[in-house]
Amino acid sequence: MTFVAKPRVHHPRLPVNEIGLTRRDYEGSVSTLCAGCGHDSVSAAIVQATSELSIPPHRFAKVSGIGCSSKTPSYFLNKSHGFNSVHGRMPSVMTGANLANRDLHCIGVSGDGDSASIGLGQFSHIVRRRINMLYIVDNNGTYGLTKGQFSATNDKGSTSKKGVPNLYEPIDLVTMALQLGASFVARSFSGDKKQLIPLIQAGLKHKGMAFIDVISPCVAFNNHSGSTKSYEYIRENSGSAMAADYVANAQEITADYEPGTKEDVNMPDGSVLRLSKLDASYDPHDRVGALSYVMRQQEKGDVVTGLLYVDPEASDCHEIMNTCATPLNALNEAELCPGSDALAAINQSMR
Amino acid sequence: MPMQPTNIFDPNYFHKVVDCQWACPAHTPVPEYIRLIAQERYTEAYMLNWDSNVFPGVLGRTCDRPCEPACRRVRTEEKPVAICRLKRVAADNKGDLKDFLPAVPTQKNGKRIACLGAGPASLAVARDLLPLGYEVDMFDKDPEGGGMMRSQIPAFRLPIEVLQEEVDLIVNMGVNTHYGHEVTSMKEMLDRDYDAYFVGTGAPRGRDLDIPGRAEVDDHISIGIDWLSSVAFGHTSKIEGNVIVMGGGNTAMDCCRTSLRMGADSVKVVVRSAFEVMKASDWEKEDAMEEGIPIINNRPPKEFVHENGKLKGILFECVEPVKGDDGRIKYVPTGEEDVFIEADHVLMAIGQENHCPWIERDIGIEFDKWDCPILEEDTLQSTNPKVFFGGDSAFGPENIIWASAHAHKAAISIHLFCSGQDLKTARPPEGVNLISTKMGVHEWAYDAQHDGSERFLVPQADKRKTLSDVKLEVELGFDRDLGSQEAQRCLNCDVQTVFADKLCIECDACVDICPMDCISFTDNAEEADLRGMLQAPAENVEQDLYVSAQLGTGRVMVKDEDVCLHCGLCAERCPTNAWDMQRSVVHVPQLGSYAELDLIASAR
Repeated sequence: MTFVAKPRVHHPRLPVNEIGLTRRDYEGSVSTLCAGCGHDSVSAAIVQATSELSIPPHRFAKVSGIGCSSKTPSYFLNKSHGFNSVHGRMPSVMTGANLANRDLHCIGVSGDGDSASIGLGQFSHIVRRRINMLYIVDNNGTYGLTKGQFSATNDKGSTSKKGVPNLYEPIDLVTMALQLGASFVARSFSGDKKQLIPLIQAGLKHKGMAFIDVISPCVAFNNHSGSTKSYEYIRENSGSAMAADYVANAQEITADYEPGTKEDVNMPDGSVLRLSKLDASYDPHDRVGALSYVMRQQEKGDVVTGLLYVDPEASDCHEIMNTCATPLNALNEAELCPGSDALAAINQSMR
Repeated sequence: MPMQPTNIFDPNYFHKVVDCQWACPAHTPVPEYIRLIAQERYTEAYMLNWDSNVFPGVLGRTCDRPCEPACRRVRTEEKPVAICRLKRVAADNKGDLKDFLPAVPTQKNGKRIACLGAGPASLAVARDLLPLGYEVDMFDKDPEGGGMMRSQIPAFRLPIEVLQEEVDLIVNMGVNTHYGHEVTSMKEMLDRDYDAYFVGTGAPRGRDLDIPGRAEVDDHISIGIDWLSSVAFGHTSKIEGNVIVMGGGNTAMDCCRTSLRMGADSVKVVVRSAFEVMKASDWEKEDAMEEGIPIINNRPPKEFVHENGKLKGILFECVEPVKGDDGRIKYVPTGEEDVFIEADHVLMAIGQENHCPWIERDIGIEFDKWDCPILEEDTLQSTNPKVFFGGDSAFGPENIIWASAHAHKAAISIHLFCSGQDLKTARPPEGVNLISTKMGVHEWAYDAQHDGSERFLVPQADKRKTLSDVKLEVELGFDRDLGSQEAQRCLNCDVQTVFADKLCIECDACVDICPMDCISFTDNAEEADLRGMLQAPAENVEQDLYVSAQLGTGRVMVKDEDVCLHCGLCAERCPTNAWDMQRSVVHVPQLGSYAELDLIASAR
């Protein structure tokens, strides 16, 4: 929380993107989260990523649930559409928004409490339904807003600030998403924007649901020596399996890499996602392999980050349902009510 | 070689961040006095200035303001804080100074000092020395003290009362004045056996122009500074006909504006060079043009045209500036026909020079080929160890604020000389003190919030009145209200962002919040490379990079000082207090300075 407002003045040589806006035009109001909160870095990464994509801010829809994480949409893209919904119900609201206007770029922000506890059912089903959105979980393993109880993603044996260990097994949203058929699964760390920003950009361009589990330390309640979600623990125990770089224009690519270590994945809009394997044995298109790799590393206490699985050919919910290309909210009355003859024809076809 | 961690205890490091103070020859603590003005503590603000630059009322109207182009606000927005005119606000609104003035001992220390000239440099030396018990004799040919501040600056820019008050403030500390006493022989002065001499006689000779017809029209030509002086002392009360002012400096601007008020039918300024390279300050050019005086550029004079000694006008060549291969500007003829401009009177304001015919050349004071004394730059001591120089007489024409700066330096030298100490090694050291401004959660001892207001304009008196009265001050100055609004524009550059690497957890909160993208966490590198690796490229190499020791991840924190707003948001957002906003107090060596800033700020 700060009482000094962020001045509007910016660096005189701040770059502008293709539509003439600076990064500052993608910011929101000043954060009221605790100073040093990882969530603020995630918001900053979203600001950076979206401004670099040169998408007009008003073409985004941002939806969240309840919790520290879910406050953050106020802190980015303040010229976009937003909905701060009910606890755990971001997926429902986002589904509605995306169905009504398929042209919007959808960003859902949730937390470990919001997605892994009260909203676990919602989480499972939005993965299954492949809503075309970027789903970010700000995962800090604690209920910060209610002063530091363990959340469902807190590792067994990890301690509270007072030193009391957690007795329960954690829910891992990454492996769950893989199991439920997600077509884009990544994990990152709020303290590593170099990794996070391209993942956000790729996630936004991916068709279908892109899920990023961002470990985002809670400085107030879960950043101590007994925690497995502290800045220090993650820096020491995380390793990237697959680095991803987002390249807006495929023509910029000059191929000069060892075969087998890098791969360019074409995105639907002509941009390219460039993957570099940091572990040669890893295959980001092998769902079962990814699942087992992540779980093996987890057993050793290692946190795997990077782009873990991607299916560039995947379909999204509009494709599955075969909806029309025009966003539903843009259909006029004549299109929505084609008249009694059309109704009669439909009825006839079902007889 | 990667960059070494910045040593913030080097007195110059944070001093440089306070651009205005660094640019000021006297190193006046600008942000501190602006804060005092914002707090309506005008007397304290005045004294802080008085201590450092000696003539706040005069300088608040006439300073060349090297601080303003340096102001960070030029780089973050556009227009600098009106530092100079805020100084005037302090001077205009100050209260009783009695309790603030340094005590002058009645028991003298037995050392006698002669100050030659009663201009700003000599007065400032006297002020610095008197509190230490020195006896100061001051000699000047004019009937009153003030030197060029009185003789060359017209009263419509500097009212005589303002000057008188500040001269008296020093003289009343116990200077033995010998006005109307023109020193004609330095040898004779040396025979009087003072313990030390300070020469502050300025650059009193105005340049002349040797072109055809000059000798014949002598009656119609005046040297600018001499003419201004005769106006100031009431010897000249009018000028008639068409006037041409030759020259592009501040003296030219004063000459043309004075002529306009003294009854000239028309006044034109004609300058040899281009408008942009004129020596006059931008605001003085603007003021002259505002009064309807044309400034004609790129016209070198060829000849005075006359009829039997009666001046008709001047013939000018037409040239244009061309950038040569060496990057220097040359003026080449345009081929246009020469221009004739009518004139009945010409004022020459084409420069001044040192001129000390009264210093004999066989008394151990050596001069260089430009007729400037050979001085030890750090001490201002001449080749005669007893004799010190300062102000314009030292290195040629500068300005009042340089005179104050020289005076402080010379006073230290004189004191060391008189007490038998080494003039170089025994000088008081520079220093810096850092004081946290953190008062509590989200509370800082300064107004951290950035104020986006544009620079406020200084109100002026009605032109119909000012143009007919040479003594009526044109600028009205900021009133208290405007002054406090303008004061809010100051960025408080002396409240420094101090980084404690051991406390940092590299959470990026400061990077994310910084409105100016000043802060980066990056691998270390050579400075030239590092400048390109930051959140925003640090292209202004005049401004330092603040580099921390290596952090936990092997990276370093790098802060580009260039456009920092000192808004304190990094410290606000830091979860571990690794950032703190600390006020830097720079100790500029100065004799007789009772003024630890904090003493003034906390007085009463």
